[in-house]
Amino acid sequence: MSAVSTPPRPVRRTRRLPSFVPWAVLAGSVVVGVLLSLLSGELTPTGAILFGAVVYAIAITAISASVEGGRWARDRLATTLVTGAFLIATIPLISLVALVATRGSLRFGWRFLNDDMVGIFGAMTEGGVYHAIIGTVYVTGIAAIVAIPLGILTAVYLVEYAQPGPLKRAITVLVDVMTGIPSIVAGLFAYTVFVIFVGPQYKSALIGGVALALLMTPVVVRSVEEMLRLVPNELREAAYALGVPKWLTIVKVVLRTAIAGITTGIMISIARVIGETAPLLVTVGLVNNVNFDAFDGRIATLPVYVFRQYAQGGVSVDRAWAAALTLIIIVMLLNLVARLVSKFFSPKGVR
Amino acid sequence: MAAVTDEPAIRRGPAPGRLGNSIFKGFSLGSGIVIVVLLGLVAGFLLYRSLPAILASREQLEGVGFMQGRDLLSYVLPLAFGTVLSSAIALIVAVPLSIGIALFISHYAPRRLAQGLGYLVDLLAAIPSVVFGLWGVAFLMPLVGPVFAWLSENMGWFPPFSDYQAPARNLATAGLVLAVMILPIITATIREVFLQTPTLHEEASLALGATRWEMIRQAVLPFGRSGIISAAMLGMGRALGETMAVLLVLSPGFVINFFVLQPGQHQSIAANIASQLPEASGLGVDVLIATGLFLFLLTFFVNLAARAIIARRAEFSGAN
Repeated sequence: MSAVSTPPRPVRRTRRLPSFVPWAVLAGSVVVGVLLSLLSGELTPTGAILFGAVVYAIAITAISASVEGGRWARDRLATTLVTGAFLIATIPLISLVALVATRGSLRFGWRFLNDDMVGIFGAMTEGGVYHAIIGTVYVTGIAAIVAIPLGILTAVYLVEYAQPGPLKRAITVLVDVMTGIPSIVAGLFAYTVFVIFVGPQYKSALIGGVALALLMTPVVVRSVEEMLRLVPNELREAAYALGVPKWLTIVKVVLRTAIAGITTGIMISIARVIGETAPLLVTVGLVNNVNFDAFDGRIATLPVYVFRQYAQGGVSVDRAWAAALTLIIIVMLLNLVARLVSKFFSPKGVR
Repeated sequence: MAAVTDEPAIRRGPAPGRLGNSIFKGFSLGSGIVIVVLLGLVAGFLLYRSLPAILASREQLEGVGFMQGRDLLSYVLPLAFGTVLSSAIALIVAVPLSIGIALFISHYAPRRLAQGLGYLVDLLAAIPSVVFGLWGVAFLMPLVGPVFAWLSENMGWFPPFSDYQAPARNLATAGLVLAVMILPIITATIREVFLQTPTLHEEASLALGATRWEMIRQAVLPFGRSGIISAAMLGMGRALGETMAVLLVLSPGFVINFFVLQPGQHQSIAANIASQLPEASGLGVDVLIATGLFLFLLTFFVNLAARAIIARRAEFSGAN
């Protein structure tokens, strides 16, 4: 900023770098990075990328500082850092998916999905996750049966009925806080409830379902609430004007309009809890055989199966990776279908 | 409708759907109350089951094998310390990174790409925690091992970096895995705030000749400051309670120190419960539930504080 008192000098247009320069510097940096990596010992992709990134950040800032001045140099540095941050964030996702896919594909297959662990011991490489898939479906199903109606009705109350006041505020805040409950605490809660009311010997899918329901409900409430708020008020008013009672308006107009969004939200919340490990580890444990009774006996679930097989070491580790691959495929499918539902079934014309 | 009689054409009697109305309203109000009661029950049951451990005498607690003769407080404190320290490491790594990612998505990436990129980050949130644990052991540990060794060799005078021992089953690695796990929630929250920066502020700044970075420092960051703080606290709430990653990566110990590159020093509350509860019995269970209650209260207040900061901003409604 120039002071007002001094007479204005002719403005010198800032000299800017031509747009190809950053790319040229980038190419140069990659070469230097490879060389530095070679010099520091052996050539590793990690080393080359790391050195290359540092060289690029320094080089582009220095070049820009000498040609364009300090302000633009800082801007270029910030652009580099921000882009770098994003690129760093893609590393975990890509490496994780690649790792699980390669390690998991060793055992993954039709047999793996259709086999349980009865009679599998020592260095046997057979065995599969059929029983764990059944268990996961049971536990998640119980959670969904509890959490979906509870979540939808709470959201309906918050959006359609609640007057501003202490109760509404309390529910909103507590739902928010509930989304942050540690999963292990949910597991402990379910464990405690059943120990007190049923007895310490009782183990079943039901306990795990209760724990997961506690984790799932707030997610359902939040997403349904958001969807209901998107339903335009004109629709409600039109229904009232036709003499439709309020509850039918909600069921037949509001919920019907928002059904695609609600489905999406529910599927994403299922994807969230289907991979929960800690609460199931402390509540339902693990068995080797298929248990079709959700109300009696321990039951195997995929996440706990992954953990236990991995902890066993040896050939079991391959089964752990294959089960992890199964789990990721399920979660990704749920996410994908959820996106498709919201894309194709959302009512048109709604914001 | 023409009225044939003198009587006005008003329906007498109860309005249609009155029964349905009150039943439906009752159900939804009931659900809301169930949620409030449920949280109270969680605290109540945990407190009820941990009372024996809290009231137990020293001698009784010495009977609990895994406590190794400690009393409850000196058992919880190292665990709480490990929990908070691992979350702190996670935050130190994740918050700057999240600000960068959020800026990239909101202000740097081409508009058309931005949504897809945001979805990519959200996908991270969908990955089960046990898989993150496996990834931490199989991918991250070999990757960071040499870096830790280098740090320890060259900056070992700084106590936290001293005496690195391979393999990297230490708190620093656990903190890094936690950082990756809380990245999505922090990024999503910060991104929402950044996107709500008044366009007029941004344009005014650019019109005065600011570079993009100067515009961000003048308009975006000041506007988003409270959002960044609350996002960090939400992430911290997640990191405090995360179990599986710590359980799989960390080699546990019960010491209060800052040697984050050495294995066998720290343990987190959640991972401790998961590893001890399946074998615990009697008073041991009560002790573990008491530590769980402590964790619940800790995360409860961290989350409450985060939400309070968000709620103070009336214009910011898109959090989580």
